[in-house]
Amino acid sequence: MLAKRIIPCLDVKDGKTVKGINFLGLKEVGDPVEMGIRYALQGADEIVYLDVSATIEGRNTFLKMVSSVAKNLSIPFTVGGGISSIENASALLLAGADKVSLNSAAVRDPSLVYNLAKRYGSQFVVVAIDARQIDGKWVVVTHSGKRETELELFTWAKEVENLGAGEILFTSMDHDGTKQGYACETLKKLSDSISIPLIASGGAGNTEHFSELFLNKCADGALASSVFHYGEINITELKRVLKSKNIDIRL
Amino acid sequence: MTVIIDYNTGNLFSLMSALERIGTEYKVTSDPQDILSADSVILPGVGEASNAMSELRQRGLEKIVPIIKAPVLGICIGMQIMCSSSEESDTDCLGIFPNKVSRLRGPGIKIPHMGWNNVENTKSPLFTGIQDGAYFYFVHSFAPECNELTAATTEYGSVFSSALSEKNFYGTQFHPEKSGEIGEKILRNFIEINF
Repeated sequence: MLAKRIIPCLDVKDGKTVKGINFLGLKEVGDPVEMGIRYALQGADEIVYLDVSATIEGRNTFLKMVSSVAKNLSIPFTVGGGISSIENASALLLAGADKVSLNSAAVRDPSLVYNLAKRYGSQFVVVAIDARQIDGKWVVVTHSGKRETELELFTWAKEVENLGAGEILFTSMDHDGTKQGYACETLKKLSDSISIPLIASGGAGNTEHFSELFLNKCADGALASSVFHYGEINITELKRVLKSKNIDIRL
Repeated sequence: MTVIIDYNTGNLFSLMSALERIGTEYKVTSDPQDILSADSVILPGVGEASNAMSELRQRGLEKIVPIIKAPVLGICIGMQIMCSSSEESDTDCLGIFPNKVSRLRGPGIKIPHMGWNNVENTKSPLFTGIQDGAYFYFVHSFAPECNELTAATTEYGSVFSSALSEKNFYGTQFHPEKSGEIGEKILRNFIEINF
């Protein structure tokens, strides 16, 4: 059986891992390459690295880090953050990234999803969708949640699938940083409405949250960051617990 | 010396890094002489079957790969184009393995098949020292059907060949270079095959 994936996410700024609460108030937590290796040894199924640098120097540092990750890590990893052109994505591919994750750029220019999938294959293209509930409707937001778009979550997800995305990473901005659990109901509905894999993000606080997500078939993988970075949840322990609940997990 | 065949199908960085991690010397080349004199040959590949075949033909390698005497390992698309044909863009392939490659099908499955899945019924020196049912990393939408050359199976929607083996030719649908330590073990087993 295809295993449910546990995916730690590292936000990287100027070559260092940071994690914010609701994307604000960044705090350093460690070396991204070392952390990736440590997570892989603990049993992480994939790693996501997001570049949150705001400067050209920061972006160049990130590219070097990607090469170093590819050299040292023997499991797949996705990179995202600020990818806005075929050239950006190609440079990351050549540096050794397995997948790129597009967010704001896909909203601004959906043809980028199509062109990247056509050139490098759907398996290379993840579309990250951030959304929050506004008057009962899930509205897609960009720029770390600061900007609302005209797009509705379910319509947008279907559109990026049709454009060739190979996977969707959905973050509920209402749940992100709260540690109160994933947006299961919405994720379930989203997962059932698309035919590509769905990764859940935002809200993981304890082991139960992961079980709830997988037992209810809400997503194909679960992404989390602070609970892993601050040692609140150990990935090996988490996977053992999930396996004991008969969830398909790679140990 | 191990040769990685360079035919412009995707990034070789992961594979090169994996070989470096297990301490194997390699050369990346599309030169027929180098390929035919190598101790072992890896045919990698991501992307699409017809494009991979056309890149191979442009380099005249469609006639070289089938006559290699050393052990050959096709990975993902690399294995698929060693089969007889692919349903992807209706492509005629090398025919080293008689298997047909068809699109993954099954009720409610998500495509691509992406992530870690069990590799079972293993029978090939590639899997020496590896437990039956171990998890490997897959990313694909097409796969070879099963027949007597099937060296391992995986279930996703239906059962397909996750590894093939015929004489000195081997193939894996999963990515050993992305499958952690157990993947490195596959690569090491392959390099150590003396044919």
